[in-house]
Amino acid sequence: MDINEPIISLRGVTKVFNTKESEVDALIDIDLDIYQGEIYGIIGQSGAGKSTLVRCINFLERPTKGSVIFDGQNLGNLSLKELLKVRQSIGMIFQQFNLLMQRTVLRNICYPLEIAGVPKKEAKQRAVELLEMVGLTDKINAYPSQLSGGQKQRVAIARAIATKPKVLLCDEATSALDPMTTRSILELLKDINQRFGITIVIITHEMDVIETICDKVAILENGRIVERGKVEDVFVNPKSNAGKRLVFKSDEQFSEFGSEKVYRIVFNGQSAFEPIISNMVAKFKAPVNILFANTKNIGGKAFGQMLIQLPEDRIITMQMLGYLEERAVRYEEVTQDA
Amino acid sequence: MLDAQTLSMIGKGIIETLYMVIVSTACAYAIGLPIGLILVITDKNGIRPCPIISKVLGFIVNLLRSVPFVILMISVTPLTRKIVGTTLGTSATIVPLVIASAPYIARLVESSIKEVDAGIIEAARAMGTGTFRLIYKVLLPEAKPSLMVGGAIAITTILGYSAMSGFIGGGGLGDIAVRYGYYRSESDILIVTVAVLIIIVQGFQELGMRLAKRSDKRS
Ligand SMILES: Nc1ncnc2c1ncn2[C@@H]1O[C@H](COP(=O)(O)OP(=O)(O)O)[C@@H](O)[C@H]1O
Ligand SMILES: [Mg+2]
Repeated sequence: MDINEPIISLRGVTKVFNTKESEVDALIDIDLDIYQGEIYGIIGQSGAGKSTLVRCINFLERPTKGSVIFDGQNLGNLSLKELLKVRQSIGMIFQQFNLLMQRTVLRNICYPLEIAGVPKKEAKQRAVELLEMVGLTDKINAYPSQLSGGQKQRVAIARAIATKPKVLLCDEATSALDPMTTRSILELLKDINQRFGITIVIITHEMDVIETICDKVAILENGRIVERGKVEDVFVNPKSNAGKRLVFKSDEQFSEFGSEKVYRIVFNGQSAFEPIISNMVAKFKAPVNILFANTKNIGGKAFGQMLIQLPEDRIITMQMLGYLEERAVRYEEVTQDA
Repeated sequence: MLDAQTLSMIGKGIIETLYMVIVSTACAYAIGLPIGLILVITDKNGIRPCPIISKVLGFIVNLLRSVPFVILMISVTPLTRKIVGTTLGTSATIVPLVIASAPYIARLVESSIKEVDAGIIEAARAMGTGTFRLIYKVLLPEAKPSLMVGGAIAITTILGYSAMSGFIGGGGLGDIAVRYGYYRSESDILIVTVAVLIIIVQGFQELGMRLAKRSDKRS
């Protein structure tokens, strides 16, 4: 396969659900290319069509129109048997984990290997390795009901990558988990992506998740992709209203802008975690209005972003920006489009 | 009160009843289980939707289930004679018992399988599981505890039917109750027979529930 060919390619994918009462256009004319090794985020509010989109990628849902190309094969042209084979090279994890409740952890991980026809002994060996990788060796004979949410998702991840798939689809995989567990699961996913080069598609309604591990993001709204690009770019300057809503968590903040310049400052782990704004205010003795802040301290480094209003005075503003630059904080003026 | 002869008659009745019930349940499951599975799978929201099959099968099941057992028992006598060669005795009773309980079991199985979490099915399908393997590697094992509860319900229902078959000379405890208790008004034999029936029903019920609970790994 040409390295420049996307591993997943959707063209004009439309999905209409016909219910008794009405027709629902869950997806409308979706074009999407995802390349080998990427962590691609798809974000949108509940009902936007995210689950439908991800289920079209492995053809659990057949698009009403359009084509899905996976690894060079047009899924619409495959026989059922060929499709089942393709699904073995696409792992999937879910919000509700969906482990087999009557099987032990070990036998859950063996399940996809059984389906793929791997000999029992070999399957068990692989399952043991995977359990070690996700740090649950001691739970080998436990049943899912005896595990915490985070542990269940680790088992689900081990199960999903057991057959060494090329792609891992994650549908709201961290939405049922607390923030700490979410972070550890995201770290595990990142680790898997780097170690095995597995392409990961992350579906979520939380911007935090996208920020934390995705390379690229597409914003889905009412069945359409309204914005897409590198995570940094979409973050620094969301263009669509849906994008602004997701980044700023609300529309309102934009209308508050007066004549003062608004800057977005992005902490990408380059700078130390310190009360940088209050230090700046103390130093320049000029007010700074924080419109929005979402920062985290990860290992002493600052991650996240803020939206601040700097004083009208151009000189102080310039000095403040210089101060930020010294501290390796990225910033950008926010343009207000109507 | 109860002499040795009566006791041995009741003993024989117990064995006959158990024979009828166990064989009927086994045969009824052989028919009802696949029908129940087909009902779930071909349902319009099933794994392989096929409305024609599911509707026709569902209709037949409902039809058979709406015929009262006593009437069904009498109306299948020609068929019974063809299969068993006689219409009297325990083996002959198995035929109407199977015909009456298979559709009931199909519905029990259907409802147990429908309890399997849709998410688990989706995950299995995402891993490339075909229909056949989905049935025996996912649906049946995941529904096992519920199927066992269904089994306990089915077996006690069949026991009840088998007792009713006493009226047409079906053999077993029901037969004894009808002949001695009803026609001859020997109330002590009737009471003992009823007590034994209750114990058997409770026994199956208890056993089924316990096995179901033990096999369930969800709690
Ligand atoms: N099987 C279905 N039948 C009918 N409507 C559906 C079905 N699945 C999803 N939908 C509808 O499609 C839209 C998108 O759903 P979904 O993809 O689940 O959204 P999300 O995952 O973003 O919350 C919703 O309006 C939902 O009600
Ligand atoms: Mg969803």
